[in-house]
Amino acid sequence: MAKVLVVTSGKGGVGKTTSTAALGAALAHGGEKVVVIDFDVGLRNLDLVMGAERRVVFDLINVVQGDAKLNQALIRDKRIENLSLLPASQTRDKDALTEEGVARVLGELREKFDWIVCDSPAGIERGATLAMRHADVAVVVTNPEVSSVRDSDRIIGLLDSKTEKAENGERVEKHLLLTRYDPVRAERGEMLKVDDVLEILSIPLIGIIPESEEVLRASNVGSPVTLNNPGSAPSKAYFDAVRRLKGETVEMTVPTDRKGLFGKLFGRRAA
Amino acid sequence: MNLMSFFQRRTSAPVARERLQILLAHERGVGGGKSDLVAVLREEILAVVRRHVSIERDGVQIKMNRGSDMSTLEIEVEIPAPAPASAGA
Repeated sequence: MAKVLVVTSGKGGVGKTTSTAALGAALAHGGEKVVVIDFDVGLRNLDLVMGAERRVVFDLINVVQGDAKLNQALIRDKRIENLSLLPASQTRDKDALTEEGVARVLGELREKFDWIVCDSPAGIERGATLAMRHADVAVVVTNPEVSSVRDSDRIIGLLDSKTEKAENGERVEKHLLLTRYDPVRAERGEMLKVDDVLEILSIPLIGIIPESEEVLRASNVGSPVTLNNPGSAPSKAYFDAVRRLKGETVEMTVPTDRKGLFGKLFGRRAA
Repeated sequence: MNLMSFFQRRTSAPVARERLQILLAHERGVGGGKSDLVAVLREEILAVVRRHVSIERDGVQIKMNRGSDMSTLEIEVEIPAPAPASAGA
């Protein structure tokens, strides 16, 4: 049965879009039929991170309003055929998204895909609440930093009260994805540790994505990091997170890009 | 950075952790819709202490640390210096 997964955080800039692209591509790489949807109307970026910015013709709002068919708006990834993108509108107002319209589009997508990954906009306004509204599973993206943890706490409260599942007395399955983590700084006491964040937010951990140059390198070239460099530390962490999402038990580690002396001296590779 | 300041450097992560714990205990009680033990305790302790001593709303700080083996509840009540000739705390 299809699963609707929302990638959310409250705070902007913590890695929602990066994580949506990376998780979506990793799921698709494992053979699942996946669509990633951008809910950030007016400030779309998932198309750019996925490298599909020049292929956008119709968008989510066109489909919601009945101006285009779903198949006309879906953009099939050129690298993985079972991965598609439904972009947001760059020009329209976010109020053009209606709850009924979103529900209808998600219903149609459930027929076609195994995973529907919704990239939430920052904030707690309409776009963010609509992105989480019909979710079965939520990935709460959090940086080990005070403002991000606070906003995640707020979003967790909304997932427990304002979603369709919550209103029907069920629960959205919530997972914490800790991104931009630097184990060395955390060990030195300069950054909140994994356990600190877990204790404060008290939702289960789905993965720890280390701070890495690979993430920017991948977005520079318009490729999910899990496709651009599958062997890199953040990619390994995203692949592990996907296995956990699918119910596997995987030991929790923080992968690192270890560089030998040679790598340190000559490691500056251009993207 | 000289050698002394290197050894005396205080870490900032514990400060972040503590600030978040206090803030979120408060915020969860206000609008989160969750019944929160810490927020409820805070209100009740405030009410009990106020029956005897006049204290500020911010004068009660409650921290709860949940551990796997043991949890602790830390209650700090700040009482202002008594006005002359008033009943003691």
